[in-house]
Amino acid sequence: MAKLDVEITVNSKKYNLKVGSQERLLDTIRKELKLTGTKEGCSVGECGACTVIVDDKAVNSCMILTAQVDGSEIITVEGLESKKGLSPLQKAFVEKQAIQCGFCTPGMLMSALALLKNNPRPNKEKIKTALEGNLCRCTGYQQIIEAVETAAKEWGV
Amino acid sequence: MAFKHVNKGVKRVDAYEKVTGKAKFGADLEFADQLYAKVLRTEYPHARIINIETAEAEKMPGVRGVFTAADIKNNLFGVIVEDQQVLAADRVVLAGDGVAMVAAESEAEAAAALEKIKVEYEELEGIYELDEARKKDSLKIHPEKDDNQVIHHPLRKGDVEKGFAQADIILEREYSTQLIEHSYLEPEAVVVVPEDENHLVSIYGSIQNPYATRAAVATVLRAELAEVRVIQNHIGGSFGGKDEVVSAMAARAAVMALATKRPVKMVNSREESFTESYKRHPYQLKYKVGATKEGKLTAMEIEAAADSGAYACQTPFVTWRSVVQATGPYELDHVKTDTYGYYTNNPYTGAMRGYGSPQIIFAQESLMDELAEELGMSPVELRKKNIYRQDSITASGQKLSGHTVSLEEVMDKAMQAIDYQAKREKYSLAQPDDKKRGIGLSISFRGCSLGAEAVDAAASLIQINKDGSVAVYSGLAENGQGLKTIFSQIAAEVLGITLNEIDYMEVDTTFTPDSGSTVASRATLIGGNSIKNAAEKLRDRILDFAAQKFELAKDKLKLEAGFLYDQASNRLALFSDLTAEMINNGILLSAYGWYKGPPISWDEEKGCGNPYFTYVYGCQIAEVEVDTGTGELTVLNMAAAHDVGRAINPKNVKGQIYGGVMMGLGYSIMEEVEVEAGQIKGKNFHDYMIPTIKDMPDIEAVIVENPDPDGPFGAKSIGEPTLELASAAIANAVAHASGKRIRSLPLNLERVLIGRALSKGGCK
Repeated sequence: MAKLDVEITVNSKKYNLKVGSQERLLDTIRKELKLTGTKEGCSVGECGACTVIVDDKAVNSCMILTAQVDGSEIITVEGLESKKGLSPLQKAFVEKQAIQCGFCTPGMLMSALALLKNNPRPNKEKIKTALEGNLCRCTGYQQIIEAVETAAKEWGV
Repeated sequence: MAFKHVNKGVKRVDAYEKVTGKAKFGADLEFADQLYAKVLRTEYPHARIINIETAEAEKMPGVRGVFTAADIKNNLFGVIVEDQQVLAADRVVLAGDGVAMVAAESEAEAAAALEKIKVEYEELEGIYELDEARKKDSLKIHPEKDDNQVIHHPLRKGDVEKGFAQADIILEREYSTQLIEHSYLEPEAVVVVPEDENHLVSIYGSIQNPYATRAAVATVLRAELAEVRVIQNHIGGSFGGKDEVVSAMAARAAVMALATKRPVKMVNSREESFTESYKRHPYQLKYKVGATKEGKLTAMEIEAAADSGAYACQTPFVTWRSVVQATGPYELDHVKTDTYGYYTNNPYTGAMRGYGSPQIIFAQESLMDELAEELGMSPVELRKKNIYRQDSITASGQKLSGHTVSLEEVMDKAMQAIDYQAKREKYSLAQPDDKKRGIGLSISFRGCSLGAEAVDAAASLIQINKDGSVAVYSGLAENGQGLKTIFSQIAAEVLGITLNEIDYMEVDTTFTPDSGSTVASRATLIGGNSIKNAAEKLRDRILDFAAQKFELAKDKLKLEAGFLYDQASNRLALFSDLTAEMINNGILLSAYGWYKGPPISWDEEKGCGNPYFTYVYGCQIAEVEVDTGTGELTVLNMAAAHDVGRAINPKNVKGQIYGGVMMGLGYSIMEEVEVEAGQIKGKNFHDYMIPTIKDMPDIEAVIVENPDPDGPFGAKSIGEPTLELASAAIANAVAHASGKRIRSLPLNLERVLIGRALSKGGCK
């Protein structure tokens, strides 16, 4: 199968890759770049565990081909922490105990980050809408909402 | 008592790796030279295997081995009854039984090779209905057994005929519950690494119960337990679900790893997970209750039958929990209960959070509201006339003493949190619009820990290093519930150190003592006590040394925040200086902790005894809106009050409550694994709906604390009680709102609107 040349920026680092035309962005991230923080939960775009940010929008990386995002800027969960430490959103998740098993957490963080980038002061309904595509079976979502509210009110993204 | 770490909402000790993507789950692991394996599963729910042809698959690119039952030393396993095959040898009994497997250089090559395996079957008649399975002359799913009955638990108290004779009113009702899927977000994943030295294999992955997996794999390989090493990774949710199915997966991978002498990785897709994993038991329940016109219960007769699917799995114990809790938390002189489990050719069923209680509570707490209505009495009044109080005697003859029986307290606190009385009165008035509101409650008592199912003991190990850093090991496993955090809090509390000094270690069966399974909401209670025990031994050792060194009485010294203090709160030494000096003096600063629960008893024939040494009590209330025009059901608000003894970490407890309520809500109004003639219809989250953030009601989580003398710092259980109450509370609220009583789960649109589920394909 023909390989395509793709240039993507992931967590501020530029990659020139040769990818198969059918390769999912999720596989590029997990298998090629070894960024395993992004999870695969359903492979059909229903659970949101594979959510990453592509050009400021939260997308299910299992539903998009790497060739489609040529030239894009991508953020994964590994891109949140900086030399200064955890990002405000990460801190809020820790602070509010918005984590249990942690499998949905990377995707939740990505959807929440995309929301806050576009709308720094979302109300509860907006938060729910932004996170609707991210399933969580452990937390009942309450503390996740509290974390996003806290990040928005007190700390920013 | 003033605590430094316990009873505080400290941050999770595993939070950092989970918010940064550093936490490694099963599918994230990679070993040099690893192979990938896939399983060929049958589509037939019941068939004889005539022939399996693998030659073509073996020639496929990248294939390093094709395996069938013939390649497995001991093909039979099972935690209670050994009736499950690693790969089906000559007969498949459920759609999804594995018949062959392939190990290859890549996942795609393994999958391609599977398609080249040809299996010839002779399809057999199957049993898909409980009623059919129960018939004396029905075909036997396991021909070596007398019939399809997996188990029967009787319970007899008093004389029900006499009790019903005393009743002014007798109500008989039938209820049913559905098959549901755990829906942990992480599909199952394991890697098995063959070892050249010391032992046979090392197993990594999303494993709920490392010791159970070790035992299953050792059985299959005919190896000694010490030859099988299980190292637990981060696990992406389990809820009882990553036990037998993961053990089978590990056993398969171990067979292939030993044959190919290479690490073998297996990761289920969501569809494979739905196909293969066990689920929650559907129940059919018959209740008969008698009461005086004043509302005093006189007798209860119960029959509950569970569909075990093709394997026994945990059915004997799941149905045992049902028999203990079947009457609900009500005083009754006359009780007759029979719970059964039966084999069918349906997907098999096993442990899921709640474990045999959500089904009977749905029935029994719906029944209480139905009875209240018949008596013209409020649901609260009827319950309060009959609930267990201090020193009440249960259906099995146990006196509830030694701990606080707090049913009335949890009821009152839940009612207060949601403003129950005012809403009940308001919604009881005529509501002319299509949209009608209602409010309903349910209550439960729940035995903590394993009870008389098995010996209940757990161990831990604490090692203090020269520099004062502390490693904590437990034989119980983090499943996401927060065990590492609360065990660290308990250790830090006893040792008088900061949480930063603690390194919490993963379960590794080579180093951590076998502590049984992390199930039955037992970790805080049993495991917490063992951590406390280890820490107390070390604290005593340190204080003995310090007493000698400073020539002070031991009871005049205390450890706090990393320092040794005297009675006047003068700092005498750093914890780390003391521990360094002790180790330099050759004093052992490692200790095992051990805790075995107080005595319990059960007479299997009569169904009596003291099945659990302590209980927890809970009340949940649901406020709903029913659109009687469209059938749309919205859960607006829920209150959940749970007595946890003591909350070691109140934020974690609330997280358990929110999560349990939402899982209960899914069970109540949306979830059902649809099965037709043994075939699962929808195998992913677009067909099988679990609650999203948009389905969330406002949830008031109320923590009630009555410290238990047998709990570590008074703590007991919270994981499962949170899930068992929602369905009856919601059903009661729907009945209050609409006047329509729904006796089967889920309470979906059709049932709310027309009172029954619509059958697929139109009229029937």
